Amino acid sequence: MAIGIDLGSRTIKLAVIRDGEIVDQQLTESGFDPYSQAREMLKRYGAAKIVATGYGRHLAHEHFADEVITEIKAHALGARYFFPFCRTVVDIGGQDSKVIGLDKKGRVSNFQMNDKCAAGTGRFLEIMAASLGFSLNDFGAAALKSKTEVMINSMCTVFAESEVISMKNRGIPTVDIARGVHHSVVNRLAAMLERLGYDEEIVFSGGVARNPCIGHMLQKCLGERARIISPPDPDLMGAIGAALHGSR
Amino acid sequence: MNSKKFEVAAYPKMWEGLGMDVARFDKARQMLGEVYDKLFLSQTERPRKMAYFDAMIAEIFGGRIKEILAVKKSAKPVVGTFCVYIPEEIVVAAGGVCIGLCGGSPGSIPDAEKILPRNICPMVKSAYGFKAGRICPYFQVVDFVYGETTCDAKKKTWELLDRLVPTHVMEIPQMKRARDRALWLEEVKDFKAKVEDICGSEISEDNLAGAIRLINRKRLALQRLTKLRANIPAPISGKDALLIEQIAFYDEPERFAAKVNELCDELAERVEAGRGVAGPESPRIMVSGTPMALPNWKIHNLLESAGAVVVNEESCIGTRYFKDVIDENGGSMAEQLANLTDRYMRIDCSCFTPNDERVEQVLREYRQSKAQGILHYSLQFCHTYNIEEIKIREACEREAIPYLSIETDYSAEDTGQLQTRIEAFLEQIGD
Ligand code: SF4
Ligand code: SF4
Repeated sequence: MAIGIDLGSRTIKLAVIRDGEIVDQQLTESGFDPYSQAREMLKRYGAAKIVATGYGRHLAHEHFADEVITEIKAHALGARYFFPFCRTVVDIGGQDSKVIGLDKKGRVSNFQMNDKCAAGTGRFLEIMAASLGFSLNDFGAAALKSKTEVMINSMCTVFAESEVISMKNRGIPTVDIARGVHHSVVNRLAAMLERLGYDEEIVFSGGVARNPCIGHMLQKCLGERARIISPPDPDLMGAIGAALHGSR
Repeated sequence: MNSKKFEVAAYPKMWEGLGMDVARFDKARQMLGEVYDKLFLSQTERPRKMAYFDAMIAEIFGGRIKEILAVKKSAKPVVGTFCVYIPEEIVVAAGGVCIGLCGGSPGSIPDAEKILPRNICPMVKSAYGFKAGRICPYFQVVDFVYGETTCDAKKKTWELLDRLVPTHVMEIPQMKRARDRALWLEEVKDFKAKVEDICGSEISEDNLAGAIRLINRKRLALQRLTKLRANIPAPISGKDALLIEQIAFYDEPERFAAKVNELCDELAERVEAGRGVAGPESPRIMVSGTPMALPNWKIHNLLESAGAVVVNEESCIGTRYFKDVIDENGGSMAEQLANLTDRYMRIDCSCFTPNDERVEQVLREYRQSKAQGILHYSLQFCHTYNIEEIKIREACEREAIPYLSIETDYSAEDTGQLQTRIEAFLEQIGD
């Protein structure tokens, strides 16, 4: 039995693998004390190899994890579990977005990651949703309703937020602005994909893959060139990948 | 060894005499000591002969400045430079001191940003800030600064720096044709005239020949160090080697060359005994790109903290500074200056176009250093290296060399991000 735990900026995810099967999984908010939170989640299992990933991986390693791997490797392993032939993985988490290229055997061959700023990440969507008065869960669905799109020009989260607020004050419907926000994320992603190169099958993982508008718009943007596919629980891919690493 | 805490020595009286902001500088001094203690002295399996270089850091703001002041007293020139294209042999031939003033600290950047635009290279901002804030004794001690026309950020900053310290500019051409070489040679002659002007006497052929031999010895010592690093396991950490390459820009060349050679003797023994600083399973990384000026140890620290060992720096604070030596067979002044110019023209900085020699050089050093991956390092807003990076990346793809490109500045805010990328890169090599 192996346990993978993904300590992200917003949530902690956990997956348990036994004999190559996912036998249990959990997801909770990180809260103020992610370390105790993780401990709590682990309580119900007996002895097992624990592999940590995500931003809190090193802290976890100091306290309870046997091994650490990066989110990049974890998402690659997770994606391969569901889609054994995939060569391209897009992962958007709370703090960063990544495009990962895999070789034939599923090993990471190259990757791109957003730089310092939060633009194009889950955090960016979260801030924009809040300033437009949507819950994060409804944000994507709301944006999908819009027919007219407005352009958000700023790349920086802080400037984009003031741009969004001024649009709102000009009376532009919030769903249209929401659509524009999604568009700016998708544009960034598409640029990263073009830079790295991609296969015709692109696995979309990470919490943001639950947002229906991002996947839809990315598909539209890439058109015939690629097919966007997602596993059943995209936010658990990192934890699953870590557990798979542990069971190897 | 760690019973006494490492400290960079303080010389407040002397600093005051140099017109420095002593209170502020003293804080920077303390911080440097703490960081050095944490990053360097905590390393295991450190060569004993690193003690000299530790002492060079301890005396960076004191002992070495005193030595330079003594030279200055005897009416010899003390020249500050920012680029490996300025021929230090000429200063040394005049009995003077040539110091590399590039800035590698975030601490002086706010001083620079009071005037300079924020979105330019951090190295230029850091250097300018050191002078503007009067927080670098080297800047205070130089007679003049000799800048160059390599990149736009530097070229235009000289105009402003000139208001704070006399700044002359050498025109470095941007291509390497015969007519560019002719121009360059003229510029080298101007530089010589300027240096002679300060000491009031001409540089003799013998003096120049001696200086050429001396600086060659320094470069050869550094070449020897680089060759030793190619052994598996690596006998010295990348951090320590980078530190030595940084110290090369302010230490007295004769002594420095001797000390590097002493260290190399020790490293050779280690190699003989199969001893190293990292296990043979540690990924070996070569760093290529923009210079890392003291105290910029950010990338090396991240790499080595993640279990890698850095085995080569293809950079101006690195091999670009010492891979070529000057032909010592020139007799007349004209011949010597011609030989000198030829050597300097072989430096493959991205400010030149075309610059395909550099791509070749990167691949050569990759093979020679027995590295397993290349990390390309570009300072933020350095257009020439950032754009040339594309060609390096393509070459690595062609040769199936694991490759990671990083663009960053001196701040710590992207540390988490960089750590993830670096660890993923090392995983990629290990898998
Ligand atoms: S990178 Fe180019 S401009 Fe900078 S020091 Fe080196 S040679 Fe000079
Ligand atoms: S790193 Fe680039 S931008 Fe900075 S001084 Fe050197 S050449 Fe200029």
